[in-house]
Amino acid sequence: MKKYKAVTTISYPTKGAMGKTGNWRVFRPILDKDKCVKCLRCWIYCPEGTIIRNKDDTVDIDLEYCKGCGVCSNVCKVKAITMKREADIK
Amino acid sequence: MSEVMINTGNYIAAKAAVMCKPDVVAAYPITPQTTLVEGIANYVASGEYKGEYICVESEHSAMAACIGASSTGVRTFTGTSSHGLLLMHEMLHWAALARLPIVMCNINRVIGPGWNIWSDENDAISQRDTGWLQFFCSSNQEIFDTIIQSFKLAEHEKVQLPVMISYNAFILSHTSMPVYVPDQKEINSFLPERKPKWKLDTDNPITFGNIILPPAYEKIRKDMHNSQLNAKKLIPQISKEWKEKIGRYHGDLLELYRCDDAEYILLSMGAIGAESKVSIDNLRKEGIKIGLARVRCFRPFPQEEILKLSKKADLIVIDRNISMGMEGAVFTEVKGSLYGKSDAKVYGFIAGLGGKDVTFGDIEKMCKKVVDGKAKRLEWFGLEGV
Repeated sequence: MKKYKAVTTISYPTKGAMGKTGNWRVFRPILDKDKCVKCLRCWIYCPEGTIIRNKDDTVDIDLEYCKGCGVCSNVCKVKAITMKREADIK
Repeated sequence: MSEVMINTGNYIAAKAAVMCKPDVVAAYPITPQTTLVEGIANYVASGEYKGEYICVESEHSAMAACIGASSTGVRTFTGTSSHGLLLMHEMLHWAALARLPIVMCNINRVIGPGWNIWSDENDAISQRDTGWLQFFCSSNQEIFDTIIQSFKLAEHEKVQLPVMISYNAFILSHTSMPVYVPDQKEINSFLPERKPKWKLDTDNPITFGNIILPPAYEKIRKDMHNSQLNAKKLIPQISKEWKEKIGRYHGDLLELYRCDDAEYILLSMGAIGAESKVSIDNLRKEGIKIGLARVRCFRPFPQEEILKLSKKADLIVIDRNISMGMEGAVFTEVKGSLYGKSDAKVYGFIAGLGGKDVTFGDIEKMCKKVVDGKAKRLEWFGLEGV
């Protein structure tokens, strides 16, 4: 990729270009892998690309960047993802 | 072939803009700028202008379109006036912080309410801190030459900032004057193609305006300031190059007239600056040693040059603008430039607000009041009862 020498706010597409956005989270998505049916709706709907799709179509959640918006929990048909307040997680 | 064109300031500006071959022009008409964009539209119809001409629904959109286009690395031009400029305000900051070398004409017009379309500098002055370089012109020839010089300045690798070229409503925008128009080849050899420092390009994806933390933001402001200071050095160079290649010269940051042995120096901008030359000649005939320093460039402000002038002369400033609760903008900047380094007395006049005519006779009266020792620190000239 060509890099520009400019003193202004240009940025390059890279993981974490906006910083560790997981710090913003109030509610954490908790995934119950036993309930998951591999439909991948959460993977499709996540606005931040923080649902990691594995080779066997199971999913994991990248908590370093997940902002806790809850969209995945909302679209999950089998209620495999629940949102829990960060402060309540020990 | 070079030619002499007799036309109004706006049509001359349109000609100059088209000769710089901007890839995109986006503009919205407003009195007294209308004939400028009309002029460019005419060149679209005749085929002389081959770039993209975007008719937008507001000035905010006009500047936004210029920002979008300029971000892709191409040359852009627009023009506006008064309330149009004010509607652009947010986008003016964007253009400067993005370091986009957009060139824009602003026809100085009064701000309402109290609807008034005549000449007054408060529109441009209220955009002082946006980061734009600001020129004020005093003739149609200067408008033509400054537009072409401004593209070169704005796009210079050491500047990379937008430029606003202001000229007075009607006094210049709608007054015909003969203007020397150089050959297209001469302009091409003076003005190289734009080489952007960054651009939005799908083959090399980047984005602009992402989140930025305080220490990095401060660096960006410092770099903008440094670039304005770089422009201060480049403006005389570019004016000199234009003089050598094209044979026209209107001064650098200042235009000096009969200043060499002057005991008083008058400072003013725009058309009042041109009118002042007549007053200087008349006052000289009466034996008053007075000269003129027309402020051609308001940002960057020529602090060092004005300080130098103040070593031999007292200064008289005429402002066609007012920062309410303080004084005229040029008056403030002039005194700031002298602080602690000069004993010169500085007198300020506010004149010609709302488009009120300021004649050479009026300018002579103001100067004489100072010479006779009757002037207060700040005077409003020509107000009823004053």
